[in-house]
Amino acid sequence: MSDRVLATSAVKPRRSHLVIHVVLIVGSLLMILPFFWEVSTSLKTYAESISVPPTIFPSSPVWKNYADVFVTLPFGAQFLNTVLMTLARTIGQVFFCSAAGYAFARLEFPGRNVIFIAFLSVLMIPSQLFLLSQFQLMQRFGLLNTVTALALPGIFSAFGTFLLRQFFMQLPADLDSAARLDGCNPFQVWWKVMLPLARNGMLALGILTAIWSWNDLLWPLVVNNDPEKMTLSAGLSTLQGQFLTNFPVLMAGSFLASIPMIVLFVMFQKNMLEGIASSGIKG
Amino acid sequence: MTSQLVPPVEQGQRRSTPLPRSGTKRRSLRHGDRYWAYSLILPTAIGLTVFSIWPAIQTFYFSFTKWGTFGGHEWTGLDNYTQVFHDPELLRSLWNTTIFSVMTLLGIPLSIGLAALLNTKGLRGVGVYRAIYFLPVVTMPAAIALVWKLIYNGDTGILNQFLAVFGIDGPHWLSDPATAIYAVGVVSIWSSLGYNMVLFLAGMQSIPGEFYEAASIDGAGPWRQFFGITMPLLTPTTFFVTVITVINALQAFDLVYLMVGRASPAIRDSETVVYLFYAKGILQGDGGYAAAIAFVLLALILLITALQFRVQKRWVHYE
Repeated sequence: MSDRVLATSAVKPRRSHLVIHVVLIVGSLLMILPFFWEVSTSLKTYAESISVPPTIFPSSPVWKNYADVFVTLPFGAQFLNTVLMTLARTIGQVFFCSAAGYAFARLEFPGRNVIFIAFLSVLMIPSQLFLLSQFQLMQRFGLLNTVTALALPGIFSAFGTFLLRQFFMQLPADLDSAARLDGCNPFQVWWKVMLPLARNGMLALGILTAIWSWNDLLWPLVVNNDPEKMTLSAGLSTLQGQFLTNFPVLMAGSFLASIPMIVLFVMFQKNMLEGIASSGIKG
Repeated sequence: MTSQLVPPVEQGQRRSTPLPRSGTKRRSLRHGDRYWAYSLILPTAIGLTVFSIWPAIQTFYFSFTKWGTFGGHEWTGLDNYTQVFHDPELLRSLWNTTIFSVMTLLGIPLSIGLAALLNTKGLRGVGVYRAIYFLPVVTMPAAIALVWKLIYNGDTGILNQFLAVFGIDGPHWLSDPATAIYAVGVVSIWSSLGYNMVLFLAGMQSIPGEFYEAASIDGAGPWRQFFGITMPLLTPTTFFVTVITVINALQAFDLVYLMVGRASPAIRDSETVVYLFYAKGILQGDGGYAAAIAFVLLALILLITALQFRVQKRWVHYE
């Protein structure tokens, strides 16, 4: 009986798969079209970019647009700022959140639940509520227009703590006791036993944090207004104001700015999608 | 970063106390644990207190003050809140935010459909499709906004040139007050489709295969299987995606700021609550009023989310 079902369903899907592929490919083209248009426009002359009817491919690629990106805005400096901010936030979060996540998951101490609920409550609050006060704080410390200001608030994360706590809770309970009997203190258990085992969780958090930081807009926009100290996200949005119509250069800049995270995503797709599917959280 | 917590769907309740409880040796070891635990938590606890908890408290205080042009602020009691509820601009931003939220919700059926297609048994190339649909999620909103501005451009954009082929004279999508918010909404759907799809796909993959086997033995075709098995068993994920979609849509800012912008004639008819918050608090230095807007937003988010949790009993099936 079941053999026959399998046999018929093995033949049937072939044809229905074709229809499904057609639908998915049409959808994929719609998803990719804006990216294609970005790259195509980035290689056109200005005149060609506004020509009617439009050309699908640039008649002859203008690579100079990519060089112009570095002339029309401090792209190099902004790239570096974005890299530094992203690195600081990612490394900081993975380190601090794994420490806190481990403590919440595997150690017993007075006030654990109360402190954990306080952490969770931060997760519920829209980040706009923090913005004005965070800005004043940076102002008071004289940190406006610094990379420190870009990175600092993003280093501490209730979400990351929560995510990694979940990972640590899944590890076998005997691990701690075995390591403790061998004479490790909780710090050593965390560092030597737990961290290597929670690698996937930390990788997922790291990649998510990197992508959110890289693409973050509101905070960088508010805290740094000197073009030399901006991130790419803020830089592109102000470049847009100054060179409103120079589409090819704008597209070249946009493309260069989004490449690093697309590469990261392609490389670590599996970890990232697992992290999202298991936590359901979006930046 | 706006991170939203959602109760994990896939994972059930886990042990909250993984440590063994008995034995004097362990007990004495555990006594010292608290100091280790506190020092491991300390950095994040301090960071969150300084950059989140304290700012939230301070902003609550701000919401009862009026900010002077040259710094300093004075206590004005409930003035900001009375003003909020009589401010036509805020009411309009609430309306714009509602339109935007409803639009992004329309992306949910679309992503369920896509996930269902990808969930087809034995389908090849799932990984490639998934990556393609997910691409906009990892792409910088500033870059996304720029290319869509180009596409939407009233005079030279490819959208209008495409429509012209059919004799349709498209508007200036982003500077026309009648279309701007919808144009931005479409981009929002486009860029969150893959994200929702991944969640739905994970939800579908956790449905036991026996259900489908039993159904096909009973002669149920793919459509009946989808509506009879997939949709009901997927409701926890659907609920969960709906909740986060609404929470995120209520906080929409990036695309409106980037695609419409303050110089546009369409900004009044497309500015969201958070955009208004930004305009008041940062651009106009009216921090007290902005703080009140932020708390109205918080109240709104809590209210709508609580409402969704109440209504879920009627349509969400947990096994």
